[in-house]
Amino acid sequence: MSTSPPRREWPGATLARVPYWVYGDEANYRAELRRIFEGPVWNYVGLESDLARTGDFRTTFVGEMPVVVVRGETGEIHAFENRCAHRGALIALDDCGSTGKRFQCVYHAWSYDLRGALVGVAFEKGANGKGGMPESFCKADHGPRQLRTATIGGLVFASLSPAAPPIEEYLGEAVRARLLRVLGRPVQVLGRFVQALPNNWKLYVENVKDTYHASLLHTFFSTFHISRLTQGGGVLVSPDGAHHVSATIDRGDDRGSTAYRDQGIRSESDRYRLTDPSLLDTVKEFGDDIQLQILTVFPNLVVQQVYNALAVRQVLPKGPGAMELHWTYLGFADDTAEMRRRRLRQANLVGPAGYVSMEDGCVGGFVQRGVAAAEDALSVVNMGGEGAESQDTRATEAAVRGFWKAYRAYMGY
Amino acid sequence: MLERVSRLNAEYARAIDDDRLEDWPDFFTEPCLYSITSADNHRQGMPVGVIYADSKGMLKDRVAALREANVYERQSYRHVVGLPAILGERDGAVRAETPFLVVRIMRDGTMALFATGRYLDALVEEAGVLRFRERVVVCDSSRIDTLLAIPL
Ligand code: FES
Ligand SMILES: [Fe+2]
Repeated sequence: MSTSPPRREWPGATLARVPYWVYGDEANYRAELRRIFEGPVWNYVGLESDLARTGDFRTTFVGEMPVVVVRGETGEIHAFENRCAHRGALIALDDCGSTGKRFQCVYHAWSYDLRGALVGVAFEKGANGKGGMPESFCKADHGPRQLRTATIGGLVFASLSPAAPPIEEYLGEAVRARLLRVLGRPVQVLGRFVQALPNNWKLYVENVKDTYHASLLHTFFSTFHISRLTQGGGVLVSPDGAHHVSATIDRGDDRGSTAYRDQGIRSESDRYRLTDPSLLDTVKEFGDDIQLQILTVFPNLVVQQVYNALAVRQVLPKGPGAMELHWTYLGFADDTAEMRRRRLRQANLVGPAGYVSMEDGCVGGFVQRGVAAAEDALSVVNMGGEGAESQDTRATEAAVRGFWKAYRAYMGY
Repeated sequence: MLERVSRLNAEYARAIDDDRLEDWPDFFTEPCLYSITSADNHRQGMPVGVIYADSKGMLKDRVAALREANVYERQSYRHVVGLPAILGERDGAVRAETPFLVVRIMRDGTMALFATGRYLDALVEEAGVLRFRERVVVCDSSRIDTLLAIPL
């Protein structure tokens, strides 16, 4: 398979302008799958806790490539392409399961060990002395592509490229620390949902990095007088631009701000209060005043702490104009019953029906539809300047510019 | 009982499909449980819901948020609710399971099957009126198209 070069030219050097063709161009999309998802990045592929015992597996994707992630015989985690070496059928069909020591393809029963190596060919020597594979056939020469794996904070990452640096180095010290701030002890999965979104995958990743939109689009907080952009906080961008962490800090001194009213923003209203304010009955569980922390790992992971609602979101591209968002809601294994109930209630804030996230499900589609005839036009990404450095405000698009900085480096633009 | 539950389901569906969401919380007792989950989560005993309300106040807040705060394209539902199966009584509540289909109609006229599943209900009588003490909406699929704004 050849790496088809992206056929477009990037318009100019600034990070503050992005051409709209990047959300719909088919050749560019195919190049992304090769250069980014199959390139020297770490893709999030699942949770270690889903693979407790030898032979426990989950199936997922790296870009559009189907993969199996499995706990091996010596305890380490393996990942390999979910494609039979014979005729290409899926090796594992279920979302998850436990397979013992072998996977067997249903089509002609070729079998694989937990590393994804081909170890058995049905009727390899033929039947009754006839047929069978030629003498020259060597099982070791055939098999699905194998991926490197890495784990941190209970998250499993996979990479097809030998050039991806160790995961700690990939994340950098600052992002790593903020990841472990949340995922510092064993998690427990509270449930999963898949959200099918009608937009290019990058529009969702940008949205998550876009701290500017949060309290303007998501007016739940401001309507019910809960949180505002005028609160403390900021955005941390990794030096290469690839990853980010945004945080909202409750300083308690921003409640009297009239910034929203002064600008005539529709969210300003004194009429609404929650009937049941216990929704936001929050405890500080990470030893600091950070109320919300949203962290992204390039290219496909979001780790979310919204009060006590914790989740990881996996971004999966499904063609230039479609993607899936896989939500895994988390608690910790040592949660009390009260904490569990708090997390379930606060889960209302996020997810496909989330008070502060349902809008993210549709805005990507609004952009995708809005730019349908504007291939050559450019979006304006100038909030907070031109650069991609960390800032102590959320009224900035620094992390979005960081995404484009990393994207262009991987894509060769 | 079968007839009473059927009638309640019909009224519930009409309230949502007619955009009378303000009437929706009154189908529930105080306290109550309303949650939307998937068959996968339900089978595995996973407790999370895309919507999860364990008080009537939370149901009212959901409606207020949809009316005043949340942003989404105009859309409506058409529920087709099947015949309930009455599963007996437990903890003073009648248990019922009812299959449903929901078609979502978007602003631009797109109609699509948005959800199928079953309502798992615990029903109690309050001053002669049948109400949901618990309504767990178990969707057959874990996949939700774009977003879920209106309750099922
Ligand atoms: S395709 Fe898998 S054994 Fe033939
Ligand atoms: Fe958002």
